[in-house]
Amino acid sequence: MEFSAPVLNYTLLSPMLILLGGALIGVLVEAFMSKALRPITQLSVTLGSLVLSLVQVWKIRNEQSVSAAMGSVVVDGPAVLMQGSILIISIISVFLIADAQQFTALAAALPGSDEERHALQTGNQVTEVYPLTLFAVAGMMLFPISSDLITLFVALEVLSLPLYLMAGLSRRRRLASQEAALKYFLLGAFSSAFFLFGAAFLYGYSSSITFTGIRNAVVGGGGNDVFLLIGIAFLSVGLLFKVGAVPFHAWSPDVYQGAPTPVTAFMAAATKVAAFGAMLRIYYTAFANAQWSWTPVLTIIAIITMVFGSLVAIAQRDVKRMLAYSSIAHAGFLLTGVIALNKAGLEASLFYLFAYGITTVGAFAIVTLVRDSAGEVTDLNRWKGLGKRSPWVATAFAGFLLSFAGIPLTSGFIGKFSIFSAAYESGARSVVIAGVLSSAIAAFFYIRVIVLMFFTDPVEDGTSVEIPSSLTSITVIFSMVVTIALGVFPAPVLNFISNLATFIR
Amino acid sequence: MNSLVLLMLLPIIGLIAVAATPKAKEVLSKQVALATTVIVAVATIAMAMNFQRDNVDLQFVEKYSWIPTFGINFAVGVDGLALVLILMSTILAPIVVLSGWNEAHGGRWSVKTFYILILVLETMMIGVFAATDVFLFYVIFEAMLIPVYFLIGGYGTGERSAAAVKFLIYSLFGGLLMLASIIALYVMSGAQGGHTFDLQALAQLEMSSTTQNFLFLGFFIAFAIKAPLWPLHTWLPDAAASATPGTSVLLLGVLDKVGTFGMIRYCLTLFPEASKTFTPLIMVLAVISIVYGAILAIGQKDLKRLIAFTSISHFGFITMGIFAMTSQGHSGATLYMFNHGFSTAALFIVGGWMIARRGSSTIADFGGLQRVTPVMAWSFFLAGMSSLALPGLSSFVSEFLVLVGTFTRYPVHAVIATFGIVLAALYILIPVQKALHGPTTPGNEGLSDLNLREKVAIAPVIAIIIALGFYPSPLLNVINPASAHVIAQMGFTDPAPTNGDK
Repeated sequence: MEFSAPVLNYTLLSPMLILLGGALIGVLVEAFMSKALRPITQLSVTLGSLVLSLVQVWKIRNEQSVSAAMGSVVVDGPAVLMQGSILIISIISVFLIADAQQFTALAAALPGSDEERHALQTGNQVTEVYPLTLFAVAGMMLFPISSDLITLFVALEVLSLPLYLMAGLSRRRRLASQEAALKYFLLGAFSSAFFLFGAAFLYGYSSSITFTGIRNAVVGGGGNDVFLLIGIAFLSVGLLFKVGAVPFHAWSPDVYQGAPTPVTAFMAAATKVAAFGAMLRIYYTAFANAQWSWTPVLTIIAIITMVFGSLVAIAQRDVKRMLAYSSIAHAGFLLTGVIALNKAGLEASLFYLFAYGITTVGAFAIVTLVRDSAGEVTDLNRWKGLGKRSPWVATAFAGFLLSFAGIPLTSGFIGKFSIFSAAYESGARSVVIAGVLSSAIAAFFYIRVIVLMFFTDPVEDGTSVEIPSSLTSITVIFSMVVTIALGVFPAPVLNFISNLATFIR
Repeated sequence: MNSLVLLMLLPIIGLIAVAATPKAKEVLSKQVALATTVIVAVATIAMAMNFQRDNVDLQFVEKYSWIPTFGINFAVGVDGLALVLILMSTILAPIVVLSGWNEAHGGRWSVKTFYILILVLETMMIGVFAATDVFLFYVIFEAMLIPVYFLIGGYGTGERSAAAVKFLIYSLFGGLLMLASIIALYVMSGAQGGHTFDLQALAQLEMSSTTQNFLFLGFFIAFAIKAPLWPLHTWLPDAAASATPGTSVLLLGVLDKVGTFGMIRYCLTLFPEASKTFTPLIMVLAVISIVYGAILAIGQKDLKRLIAFTSISHFGFITMGIFAMTSQGHSGATLYMFNHGFSTAALFIVGGWMIARRGSSTIADFGGLQRVTPVMAWSFFLAGMSSLALPGLSSFVSEFLVLVGTFTRYPVHAVIATFGIVLAALYILIPVQKALHGPTTPGNEGLSDLNLREKVAIAPVIAIIIALGFYPSPLLNVINPASAHVIAQMGFTDPAPTNGDK
């Protein structure tokens, strides 16, 4: 048997290669660098890789190729936009991750053990979170550009495994953090199994693992539709788990709450872009012609997801859980972009993902600032009167919440408008009506937090607002500027997206 | 200067100036805010002078591309209707600032913030009436809620945060229904020759009557919450009772007019057929509002809530005038919007002074003010008389026009609505009697009468109320062509007046 060496286009793959290289350097740094120099070196390596990768993405923005890695990945406009969004979101998340206070000194030690105490006392802080982040980002970058099911699965695992670990790294409430990590891992493993099962059925249906092959089989007909349906159903379960859609959402409130807040920010924003990116690509290319089979189900899931997320969020008393349910509701809104299945829907989803991701990181950045002596304060009742204590922080948080609620002049509104109008255009009116109504429900709990912060008198219970480090300030200010700018003057970004947003097949 | 965009920029410039004043110098912030609002008012009046009365097209049109991807323009322009309402808003603004000189002091935040919010609101008030792009209108319609929310929740009294939330939730809910309709319009425009939000282009869209009915409801419910029409009114009394008098003036006088304005500008223009379909229902709701608002006003013990309920009754009249579909009814409704702005302003402003002096808003706590504070008492009396539409005061003209315009087509409704006038006499005269006449209630002897600032603030309001009562034609000349135009576009002709000698 002849063995031919794979032909790889290194330029087009360079954004991911840079990240993987940076991650490997990070592992070496962790092993050999003296502990005094470690944090700053790790931070520089991580940021350097991310920025370099972003530059590379910018350079290849007009490239189109289906053969960059032997037909396993596809580089096109949406790919560039998704990768760019993931990188920008990762960079501002890394600014938050740079706060060592958030992370356990020694993740391998049992919670409350002597080793842990010893590590804390000697200041022996491990910084493995940086290489883990880079591995996760590399997986996220690969996920939405994969064009066959095997690569897709590899990317899914590359992005998930580091995230499982990162969720367990919290310094405070370590047991909750580890519980979150375990829960995330177990449920993630189940969903991976579903995913693989679906992939097998799709292979059985089309005797191909590439999206093009599946698409051709659908167009050609003749295959066993039962295989196709089972395949789509199980593959969708895996993807819907990652985006946190109802009924596959159960992990997200616990993981959001248990994970260290910087990790939650990163996970909530970047994973969503990657997962929806992959979803958009699969549904818009491989499954586009089998629309009849998945649109009704996805419509129902979208409606349930947004209504459920919005309703349950009302009952939350913890800011991180509230944001988790809000992200579930937003997953529902984003699903309308998948259902739309038109160019407007793709553009709208890409805009929404970017805008929502940036706002999410900004909101979690604020959460990291509100603390007492035992660490972050996430109980909403103790956020009372925040507007009086630190008006700027409270105003920024209010701005992010208003954007989540989709109030005009914020990026959230433009996102909602564009995604709903795309869905309406495709005839999915029920989703639009459900979306509008659940936006009204959602507005209620966002506003309740604003009331707590501004219209309630502060209680003296030791809650204080940390003076943000310069890195955190950059994240907050950047997120705020983007949130407002995309709301007031979104035209340049929309144009940019519109010029690039076409999937090549 | 004939640019609406520049007019919208003026308060922004003033806002920056206010923001730049040092926090300690509160008086300076107030002065800057007052100067800005006066300049805006003068500029608006100057613009209104250049308005061509007989031209029914939009005037002072300006259009800048905003989000070309969606065909959204920053497009503004006014017809007679919009001009009158912008005029009302910008004249009320300096009066609110001057009359409520000290009302920002009890707030959660600084005096400066209060005036920044007021100036933001002023820009949006101009924009919401001037917008000719439906998307722009929606953006301002929703964004306006935020400054009002903070004005009520931050500077109000009593259950202010609950009232602010109620106000915001109601309005957001209505706004989102409208958003669904706007999205539908946008998508349909895309299918019929290119995405646009231009009001006049959207008015040409062809749609099935079912679609039109649904989209109409999306808009109408939003406006009926805003206006507010029974049974969607319950947020208003709470908001008005909790807000400062100045905020209440802007809330009831200007913001709620966006609702009735929107009914004419958007509901009737975009969905003429659906408007006709729903007219019988809306007319009934309007009449219920008139009577219900009046009856509840009679029962109120709190001065601010009383004024709020009188407004619900008045908004019933305005809605009735709009949907009577006659040109008198329309002109009357538009004039009513203007006049209601000033008579409600007078009631809230003078009522606010009384409340601030007495430290209570319960009507029973006042008494015999006529003797103690004659100028204040007379001002309140006059404001009340304007509210009950005494002939010779401005509201009479508009109420009369509305009733005449309604009677020609809906005599039964008009007759029932007339009872609203009788009830109005009760709800105004009872508090006037309790608060102003009779023996001076103990504790009221030491109340001070209006000072110079307050007299200067209330004088223009009273002057306008009296002047337009005797001579409304300057405004009617602007309003009539616009009203006739709308009625003609709807395909209606005024029914011949019924002769008594038939």
